[in-house]
Order: sequence, then structure tokens, then C-alpha cells
Amino acid sequence: MATVKIPPVLRASVGGEKEVAADGASVGEVLNALAAAHPQTQTQLFSSEGELNRYVNVYLNDEDVRVLDGLQTAVGEGDTLVILPAMAGGSR
Amino acid sequence: MSPSGAELLRQVKSQIEEVDPAVVAEHLGNGMVLVDVRETDEFGVAHIPGAKHVPKSYLETRIEAAAPDKDAWVVLYCASGNRSAWAARTLTEDLDYKRVASMTGGIALWKDRGYEVATPKALTAEQRDRYSRHLLMDEVGVEGQIKLLESRVLLLGAGGLGAPTALYLAAAGVGTLGIVDNDVVDLSNLQRQVIHTQDRVGVPKVDSAEQTIANLNSDVKVVKYPVRIDASNIMEIIEGYDVIVDGLDNFPTRYLLNDASVRLRIPVVSASILGFDGQLSVFAPYEGPCYRCLYPTPPPAELAPSCGANGVLGVLPGTMGLLQATEVVKLILGEGEPLIGRLLLYEALGATFTELKVRRDPDCPICSREPESISDDEMGVFPDYEAFCAAAG
Repeated sequence: MATVKIPPVLRASVGGEKEVAADGASVGEVLNALAAAHPQTQTQLFSSEGELNRYVNVYLNDEDVRVLDGLQTAVGEGDTLVILPAMAGGSR
Repeated sequence: MSPSGAELLRQVKSQIEEVDPAVVAEHLGNGMVLVDVRETDEFGVAHIPGAKHVPKSYLETRIEAAAPDKDAWVVLYCASGNRSAWAARTLTEDLDYKRVASMTGGIALWKDRGYEVATPKALTAEQRDRYSRHLLMDEVGVEGQIKLLESRVLLLGAGGLGAPTALYLAAAGVGTLGIVDNDVVDLSNLQRQVIHTQDRVGVPKVDSAEQTIANLNSDVKVVKYPVRIDASNIMEIIEGYDVIVDGLDNFPTRYLLNDASVRLRIPVVSASILGFDGQLSVFAPYEGPCYRCLYPTPPPAELAPSCGANGVLGVLPGTMGLLQATEVVKLILGEGEPLIGRLLLYEALGATFTELKVRRDPDCPICSREPESISDDEMGVFPDYEAFCAAAG
């Protein structure tokens, strides 16, 4: 079981949780398990072709999965995935 | 009857060796230890290059650090040659220095003869008091404080993030603070924008911020830009600043700022906030990743809510703004490990910090290229820009 950290903008889609546990041996499997359990996250995370949306960064522990093996990156027990869409809130 | 001060001085001078400035000019750097015995503020205004500084009042306790070899040729000077005469006698008679002289006529005669003096920038007595807690730190000291006083920092926004950042940078003595904001103070701002006050509701934020800063620290010059930053004015506004603090509230301007700052090679300390969550990173052009390396495209509008629509805990921009101010001060001082290539996430409810690595994108549309090749037309543009801006209204 990996832990997935959910960013503020996706929390409503997972019942308000900041972290959820999801099963899978790779980043893609874990995120697919997340999307299966919380269908609203599907289009937020993945394009219609099943690719990770370019505006969503995913980190395995502290490393961007794009510099690892992308969705194929292996995930071990106790690993943490961080989902990170860009945030622009600031000044007003 | 005891001798008058003038007589006593004559006696002292008859007991010590005096040397002419020409002798000092000839032998300085050739084994001669030259010591300025004047007060710190006098030394700060001008001194002979290469001189060590030991104020006469600390002579007995500090001379050995400046001149450890008691057989060395030690020449003392002051403003006109009197205090150094007394000091020379003390070194000879009480401290057992073997070859001590006082320079005739002091630095005044030295200057009259046309010899070189060093005139370092110095802090005033009031500044030494105001910044005394900085001066006590090795990482800041007089040199660091002067760096701060000579630095120019641009704040994009005098809102939630900009307000605490501006206050602390002003208190720290950042000499020039540029503030870009075209908004006026609203009552709903005061829950977090601590640089503004309730009697200034309706006042332009740049004026309100300037007033607070003027009351806090008159060392700080505020440069006001009561405009909305866009492609037509950004290069002109940001040029010449040492560090930019990004507390912008929208993606198009963040991309625009990124591209302009890469072109001009100005580091950006960037933060964003939403609800109970904050993000922070430092984008140092060509040294680390840029904003586009981290976020190549903005999220669609439904995933990019603003604070105005979604609320923000009032203290959160304080936390994130002061983390920004800390990074700014580190960059100016050249101390510590700035948050370059790292993204810090803060979640206030859980009180957790998460650090992520941010890599330079070798295919980055902006920072993989030479700054001169980035054109005006490309700045601030990103994939699906038109659709994004149409959706955002």
C-alpha cells in the first residue's frame, strides 16, 4: 500500500482527505487505483489517452516521476506519492 | 604643580619615536604593522589602506590580535598624531612592544601629502544601533548589513504574501523596495495583509505600504508601481532589481514574470497559497530550474482556484511570506542554501512540511535557451494560452 498525498484542489474529489492509501506496483497502477476508488479524479489526473495530464506533477517520495520511469516507475511498500498541480494563489 | 595637558603631551612625544607619513608610505606592506587607534566611526569614514583598527580605548585588550609580534615595527596613527602618541607610550611602557612609533600629523597630514585613503561604506551610529542584532552575527555583520542596505528587491503584490514580506525586508534594512500593485486597500484584506490599516481602506495599496514602511525604517526607499504588470511594462519595471518576490495571484502573469526574469537573469522567490496550503521555491535563472521547468502548463480553470474564491487562513500568507523574506535575505547575503531546485510544501492543519526536488528541464521552452534569443512575443505565452485566458475571462 502506498500513501498518496492529495493537493487541496483534489481533496473534494476524495471525500476531503489529505492522504489516501492506494495499491499498485507502479505509479500508474497506484494512480489508477486512486481513480477507480474516486472516479472524479480520473479526468483531473489523466488525459483521454490515459497519459498523465501535463499540468499535474507526480512525485515518488521527493522525485518527479518524469525523471524516473513515468507511470511505469516501481512503487514499493511505504512509498509516498505526491500529486501536485500548480498553484497561483497570492496577492489579492 | 602638575603639568597642563599640552605640556604632558609634549613630554609623551619626547619619550616616543615619531615617524613621518613619507616613512609609512615607503615601508607599509614591508613588515610594518600600521594600526589606526581612532574610534570606529572615524575609521569607517576613511583610513589608510592596509591599516589594522584598534581603538585607543581597547588598546590593551586588542592590540595583541592586531600585532602579535612584540618585536615587529608597529606604527600607530590617529587623526592628528596626539592620541597615537599616548597609545605608543602605552605599547612601549606597559605592553613591552620593542619598536613602536606614532605617525606625525595623523591621517590629516597623510591626506595633505596626497597619499591614498580607503573610504569604505560605513553604517551610521543610528544604523549600528538599529541593526545591532544583525551586526552580532558572523553571517551578516557590517558587510552583510551594507549589502542589504544597497540591495534592491521588487515585490509583485502588496497583498497577502507581499505585506509580511515587505514589512520584514524593510525592518531588515533592504535599501530599495519596489512594490507593484494597482489595487486599493479593502476591509477584507486586513485579515492577512498586515502592512495596511483600517484607516487606509480605499487607499492605493502602494501608498498604504509606503506609509507603513516609512514609519518603520527611514533607511528604506520605496519605489511605487501602481500598475498591473503585463507584457508591455514588465521588462522596464523589473530591470535593475537584485531579487524579485512573486506573490502573484494568476498563472499568465507568473509565466510572464518567469520569462522576463530569465531574460534578465534575476532570481525570483516564489510562493503561492490556497486554503491551508502553501508552496515555496527559488527560481534562479540558469543556476536552477525556472517556473516553467516545474509547471510547463497551467491547470484548467477548475483546478486553479484563486484565494478570493476559495478562502485562505489569514496567518498562512504570513508564514509563506516570511519564508520568502528569509530566502530573499539569504540570496542578498550569499549565505546558506537557498531553496533553488527544491519546492517546499507547507500544510498548516497537519503542520507538515514536504520537500520535493525540482529539476531543470533540458527542453524547457525558455530557460534551455540563451536569454538573448527569447523574444517579446514569446513572453508569458504557454500551451493553450488563448483557451486558458478565454476560460478565465
